[in-house]
Amino acid sequence: MTRRTLWMWVGIASLVACAAGVVTFLIIMLFDLGRKGIPVLSWEFLSSFPREGMTEGGILPAIFGTTVLTLLATLLAAPLGVACAIWLEEYAGEGWLTQLTRAAVRNLAGVPSIVYGLFGLALFVEGMRMGASLLASACTLALLTLPSVIATTEEALRQVPRALREGALALGATRWETTYSVVLPAAIPGILTGVILALSRAAGETAPILFTGVAFYTRYLPASPFDEFMALPYHLYILSTQHHDPERVRPLAYGTAIALLLLVFLLNLAAFLLRARYRQKKRL
Amino acid sequence: MTRRRYFWNWFFEKSLALSALVSIATLMGIFLLLTLNSWKAFERIGLGEFFSLDAWNPAAFDAPSYGIASLLVGTFLTTVGATLLAAPLGVGMAFFLSEVGPSWLRNVLKPMVELMAAVPSVIMGFAGIVLVGPFLAQAFDLPNGLNALNGSILLAFMALPTIVSVSEDVVQAVPQAYKEASYALGANRWETLTQVTLPACYSGLLAAIMLGVGRAIGETMTVLMATGNATAMPSGFFSSVRTITATVAIEMGEVPTGTTHYYTLFACALVLFLITLLINYSAERVAARLRKRGQ
Repeated sequence: MTRRTLWMWVGIASLVACAAGVVTFLIIMLFDLGRKGIPVLSWEFLSSFPREGMTEGGILPAIFGTTVLTLLATLLAAPLGVACAIWLEEYAGEGWLTQLTRAAVRNLAGVPSIVYGLFGLALFVEGMRMGASLLASACTLALLTLPSVIATTEEALRQVPRALREGALALGATRWETTYSVVLPAAIPGILTGVILALSRAAGETAPILFTGVAFYTRYLPASPFDEFMALPYHLYILSTQHHDPERVRPLAYGTAIALLLLVFLLNLAAFLLRARYRQKKRL
Repeated sequence: MTRRRYFWNWFFEKSLALSALVSIATLMGIFLLLTLNSWKAFERIGLGEFFSLDAWNPAAFDAPSYGIASLLVGTFLTTVGATLLAAPLGVGMAFFLSEVGPSWLRNVLKPMVELMAAVPSVIMGFAGIVLVGPFLAQAFDLPNGLNALNGSILLAFMALPTIVSVSEDVVQAVPQAYKEASYALGANRWETLTQVTLPACYSGLLAAIMLGVGRAIGETMTVLMATGNATAMPSGFFSSVRTITATVAIEMGEVPTGTTHYYTLFACALVLFLITLLINYSAERVAARLRKRGQ
């Protein structure tokens, strides 16, 4: 073997090592969480309140809180994001307002989640007098997920062939009729994928809800949007760092972690399958 | 009938445009709110003290001090560590995926990288406590593993999905003809990779790394849980550090509205906001220049 060939194999081996290293870390982490977390999951764990100062019992209020919060945030973000994307792609053309909007969306996507938390505290909790509540947290999370909803919807709209639009317009449809009855139906699977991914992002976020409504412990499930609530990610944070006896509640923390992880992965799987099926259909 | 149709068309054009204003209003709202509240902090404590003083002790009874130097160093340390780890690993993996590995492996690994991006930050933080921390404590014989290095490792893995997927697009965009010309001249795969493909996508890789760093620097829960949160000036990667994000997360919940402490936390967030804006803007510029050259 010449020296050049030797170098080639050394180089290629180092690239393989990079990929293997990344994958190994991921697998070790998931394996550890799964091995210690899955045995904790039981119907009792999922369906009861925490007891005895959170050293026993389950995570029902956290599951409920995260579900309601995520759905509420998406209900706020999805229409707004889709509308914004439709305007950008179908109506606006190229102008200063379009450019400004796109720049704003790009920059919002990079704003740290804790900054959204402060913004939510100042605007929704204090400015709009919502108090620390489910609604204030949902509004904050909606703003956080807005850029990604806009980006994925824009992408989905761009995939719709130009000819479809021109056909509708040539038949005498207005721009809105074309968008509503031709472009949107064709783009719906792509839009839905984006919305599901936004759901999954919102479900795992902790920093934006820290000061806008999440509670350490609530005795009852939230009954109105103005109540405080418990959430899975915050519950995990509490159990693993703020609890007076973190070693003792470690199994509960593992259970909470795996429940959150399963929720997020299932949402991602749904998005993945939806996208795969949509691609297949388009090829036919 | 026709008139009604045109009315709806007009109506939706205007109302959709309104929804676009929400994004602009949010960005400006964030900036204004942070600036206004920070202003009150700077009025009371002075810019110089804020940036140069390394004692962050806002709860001290007699003489509270608000210096974010040690927090800035903490943020800087974890982020630099994460970049040093994630940049070679991410770029290496991107090259592996697009140039070296077989396509079936690529189809397995790409969804795995996407899965990594979906792991919530609080779970990464938990992994830092139960997995990386004990490992570091044992490997380097430390009393506990909650330090800057732990945060760096976790942040690296949070920045990786961004770096890998953007880098991969960049590498794939290099024209096939470049590589064929190189092979035709007798270069082997590694020589082609390092001397033809790599130089052709330098700036794109730079943009990819910067986007990853932008994500790492604003990360809150992971560093909050994994780095130990000591406010003293750190002395190295084995020190317990507290980042700006963690400081805001820890203290904002407990501080009364309208105090100097409250406004100072907004000033911390403003600093963070400006740093991430700058990083993302630079990455954007690098990527835009690349696109222009591509045309």
